[in-house]
Amino acid sequence: MKFVLQRLAFYLLTAWAAITINFLIPRLMPGDPVQSLINRFQGQLSSRAIDSLRTLFGLDEERSVWQQYLDYLGNIFTGDLGTSFTYFPTGVSEILAQSLPWTLALMGITTLLAFVLGTAIGIHAGWRRGSWLDGMLPLTTFFSSIPYFWLGLIAIAVLAVQWPVFPASGGFDNSLVPAFSVEFIGSALYHGILPAVTIIVSAVAGWILGMRNMMVTVSSEDYVLVGQAKGLSERRVMYAYAARNAILPNISNFALSLGFIVGGTLLVEMVFSYPGIGYVLFQAVAANDYPLMQGVFLIITLAVLVANLLADVAYLLLDPRTRREA
Amino acid sequence: MNEPPVLEVRDLHVDYGLGDEAVHALTGVDITLRRGEILGLAGESGSGKSTLAYGVTRLLPPPGVITGGEVRYHARDGSVTEILDLTDHELRTFRWQEISLVFQGAMNSLNPVLSIHSQLTDVLAAHRPGMSRAARTERAVELLKLVGIPADRLSGHPHQLSGGMRQRVMIAMALALDPEIVILDEPTTALDVVMQRQILTRLAELRERLGFSVVFITHDLSLLVEFSDRIAIMYGGRIVEQAPARDLYREAHHPYSHGLLHSFPALHGPRRELTGIPGSPPDLRAMPSGCAFHPRCPRAFEPCSRETPRLLPPSGADDRPQEPGRHRNGTDPSRSVACLLHTHHGFGAP
Repeated sequence: MKFVLQRLAFYLLTAWAAITINFLIPRLMPGDPVQSLINRFQGQLSSRAIDSLRTLFGLDEERSVWQQYLDYLGNIFTGDLGTSFTYFPTGVSEILAQSLPWTLALMGITTLLAFVLGTAIGIHAGWRRGSWLDGMLPLTTFFSSIPYFWLGLIAIAVLAVQWPVFPASGGFDNSLVPAFSVEFIGSALYHGILPAVTIIVSAVAGWILGMRNMMVTVSSEDYVLVGQAKGLSERRVMYAYAARNAILPNISNFALSLGFIVGGTLLVEMVFSYPGIGYVLFQAVAANDYPLMQGVFLIITLAVLVANLLADVAYLLLDPRTRREA
Repeated sequence: MNEPPVLEVRDLHVDYGLGDEAVHALTGVDITLRRGEILGLAGESGSGKSTLAYGVTRLLPPPGVITGGEVRYHARDGSVTEILDLTDHELRTFRWQEISLVFQGAMNSLNPVLSIHSQLTDVLAAHRPGMSRAARTERAVELLKLVGIPADRLSGHPHQLSGGMRQRVMIAMALALDPEIVILDEPTTALDVVMQRQILTRLAELRERLGFSVVFITHDLSLLVEFSDRIAIMYGGRIVEQAPARDLYREAHHPYSHGLLHSFPALHGPRRELTGIPGSPPDLRAMPSGCAFHPRCPRAFEPCSRETPRLLPPSGADDRPQEPGRHRNGTDPSRSVACLLHTHHGFGAP
């Protein structure tokens, strides 16, 4: 427990550092948001509109950087991340709240599925070397070696354009209003299948390979032989003795990959025009929308930190050697 | 020494690999373990000691294969089990219940992620399905007490124990189902000398109390002489000599056993000259013809490179160089040796 608290304190410190850097970097850049808005409207803004924009962005009053920093921290804790330029006048936190669930649902579920599937195949392939499961390795590795955007584009070209089985873009049918209705959820699932399958196909090989190799290594450990000599059931030896030890490195990799869900989703959502956070980031970058970018970066940072904390706790639960004795 | 046998190994052959590439790790091993005895198995590394232990329990790591022979287990009620004919399921029930093992690596024999408790009780759960959880825990406490480990260690994990404690836990585990045979494969090589003695003494006491038989494998012949009733010496995948421990120590018939015995200093008794054995262990892929030991043997003579000696009771006439005055007549049924110096037929000692 003490260990968990120590880790928690460490992550809070890291989060503070990340937030501070997130605050400083845009202020080190030339120009200000109003300037980029003026550019955006190509000089069609009146001087009064510019003045009111300055007030809106809080640029009218001369505040010290220190004061700005304190305000920024205060705003983060109240969930106010500023106003987006692209979706003006919608607030950044509102945009993030709309797009984050899409990303979490698509990437979260597929990452989890790829991990579970790959690890399960890896356990069996590593336990019974030379079985038909080993034949899957070259195939899955082939798919994971294809650049993801190309795999996605091929999938769209074949399954959405040539044979229109699945929709080519979007997260749901545009004629529907987002709601918790059977129709809407069904539409969302239907739109999610193609991106989900391509993600799993390209990610599963890594899990299989990692798990299989660890299984092979662990299978020659003495305690696995002891498990066999004890006359335990094959399942018990395979899972509690071999896989239980072999899975440890895969668990930490999995936790890290959870951290990349938010950050790594950019390519997927660009290819499939999926309404998630990666697509928002893509648009923000294209439009020089600094508040929105800042907000997305903040979410990515926090996601990585939370994933790391999860990895620490999972390791603590799974590997008694990392527990500190009282 | 006239106890009935519990384990009979007849003409056991074990190869690593298949076909022409195969390495013959055991070639025709015959050995009998009697009820309640401690049988020592000694030899250089690569002589097949561990392969024999894994072979009789069918635990050979791939690519090890048993290519021939019989391993018969005699239960207390007189029934005989042919271990090599058991199905997978029967084998799982048989293992640990009748024959348990303590392995070489004290450090790696315990599963690092499971508690001592669950590793001691899972074997009970697997073999005694009717046993309640509380009864299993009780048994685990009892087992730890047997090897002198306090019960509060039960909830601990292997990394919290010292090497000596881990090996004692392994011994406790080996006794969990009251097996008839415990095979110790170099159980103390990773431990210091004091711990070695402590563990072996404890084991000898337990054997007295519980009456199981022990196969004790080591390359440390001085330990064997002290702790075992009978010793078998292996060389190049064969047993070259077996005899009661005391007889072997006093008078080894096979030049290899003689060399082994003279490669460590005695702690008690008169000083002896240390001679050692020249050369290195044979390459199992290219075994010398005839007696595998003849290229290194100081007493090799002409037929040794042609004829493979069989394991037989030694012939009478024998002039040991180190004990010139000692002569015996007739054969000694308690021991046997595979050496042309000691066979009855045409090729006697020169």
